[in-house]
Amino acid sequence: MSSRLSRPRTFLWAGVLVAGVTAAACGGGTTSQQEVPKAVSNPVDPATAGNVTGHVTLDGTPPPNQPIKTASDPNCKAAINTQTFVVGDGGSLANVFVYVKDGLGNRVFPVPTQSVVLGQKDCQYTPHVLGIQVGQTLDMISSDPTLHNVHGGDRDTANREFNFGQGIPGVKNSHVFSTKEVIFPFSCDVHKWMKAYLGIVDNPFYAVTGADGAFSLKGLPPGTYTIEAVHEKAGRQTQTVTIGQKETKDISFAFKV
Amino acid sequence: MLPLFAAIVAASTAVLIFAGGMVTSTGSGLSVPDWPNTYGWFMFSFPVDKWVGGIFYEHTHRLIASTVGFLILSLAFWLWRAEPRRWVRRLGFIALGAVITQGVLGGITVLWYLPDPISIAHASLAEIVFCLTVTIALVTSSGWKRGYVAGLSDDRLLQKIAIVTTATIYIQILLGATMRHTGAGLAIPDFPWMFGHVIPDHWDSKIAIHFAHRVGALCVTVLILATAGHVLYHHRRRAELRNPSILLLVLLPLQVTLGALTVLSGRQPIINSFHVVTGASVLVTSLVLTMRAHRSRFNEGAAGVRVPRSPRHPEPLTAHAKAGARA
Repeated sequence: MSSRLSRPRTFLWAGVLVAGVTAAACGGGTTSQQEVPKAVSNPVDPATAGNVTGHVTLDGTPPPNQPIKTASDPNCKAAINTQTFVVGDGGSLANVFVYVKDGLGNRVFPVPTQSVVLGQKDCQYTPHVLGIQVGQTLDMISSDPTLHNVHGGDRDTANREFNFGQGIPGVKNSHVFSTKEVIFPFSCDVHKWMKAYLGIVDNPFYAVTGADGAFSLKGLPPGTYTIEAVHEKAGRQTQTVTIGQKETKDISFAFKV
Repeated sequence: MLPLFAAIVAASTAVLIFAGGMVTSTGSGLSVPDWPNTYGWFMFSFPVDKWVGGIFYEHTHRLIASTVGFLILSLAFWLWRAEPRRWVRRLGFIALGAVITQGVLGGITVLWYLPDPISIAHASLAEIVFCLTVTIALVTSSGWKRGYVAGLSDDRLLQKIAIVTTATIYIQILLGATMRHTGAGLAIPDFPWMFGHVIPDHWDSKIAIHFAHRVGALCVTVLILATAGHVLYHHRRRAELRNPSILLLVLLPLQVTLGALTVLSGRQPIINSFHVVTGASVLVTSLVLTMRAHRSRFNEGAAGVRVPRSPRHPEPLTAHAKAGARA
């Protein structure tokens, strides 16, 4: 008799356990809003601001970008290559993230209201390298007629790892990053070749080199800065530069393979 | 029919382990971000034309897992209805609980982005589920029920060494799972040397895990050779012991070769997954040998009530036994 009476209680506890496990299992969900640093008005006086411009090159012959076997998904474009080293005329190196690493003191810059977009087209991330400010929104949009997952970060990244599934062309997921981090990686576990790299900084002074290897950091207040250039494979280099009022300094980075 | 069905369930579990190995080997564990749904679809209605890239491995793993779960549920129900031995019926429910837990672990590890402890637990519990289904298939077989050859005495040494061997193989598999899920599979990139030396000349945590797995392989090799050698020397006429011993001697070099090829091929997914499933096969073969070596301990009545062991009768004396008797 007593065992019969205890059976509902057993079921109750089992239900609580299942609910607990379910809730725990759902704990890794995809909510992405994080604490945003409080923005103040731009502390840079445009009347005295200067610029840092420059050029990034690669010395040596890099391994050629390999053709990607996309046969595992017939929806993907047949002929695409890896984008590890995109080298232009004179060894100009593209896809290098250049930013002000140090020298801005305790200035706090306003967070742009405009989103940064990480697209997925022809089973590749576009752009391959991009930058964003802490607190700014990153929109991830797929325009491919296939499934992607946007897997941001990993167990070692300072910002929280996330993983969105994107099943319909045009679907958008958004994420806001809480901590500066250069570089934050993206991958797609459906298409293992898909990689992208995001520089997350706490100031608006960053750029990504194009095919000509050029970059420009405009509107810097006079001062001494540490400029860092980061490439996904070639590594990191830093330089110190001092600019005066309305001055433009030109610097260059030369990576080696 | 029940023994046949139990054997089919055990075989399907091996297929599931291979499929799971393919998920890890191809790095597809997060290709389906949601669980238990698949990109919002109910798992069983997910369109076949969307099984692309890494989704193919992860989704088929989930489908096979669901099938195996259903088979184990059916097996547990069948045992509950038809099996007179209480402990065997309980074994069915334990297997059912284990496979459900396994499914939940698989879901959690996806939703939490493959944390090492959960992923390792998922891989380790898979081996337990396999051991349980194989055990059920074994103890429901006609040979087991018949007691194989009546009147043979226990070989205490074999019983002990078989337990040690099975336990060591399981520990070795845990090391392998840890190595796989912590990304240490290529931490030592050469074979049979280690960075060109017998012992690695530099260390970090991944190298240590990888090294431990290689040392574990050496220990398992010695123990399997000792166990199988013992059986073939002392019990070669007992087919129930001889056959799994011979199978172990076949699987062992195959497994070592697959392990070497996994490293040398840079973790080629199919080779890597065969290494995983062959390791599981080594484990359950050793388990079968261990269970059969302990067969007399399972003497019991049909109602599940244990009865005293039958009086021991000496096995036909082998040379070893004769020498022992003279001593």
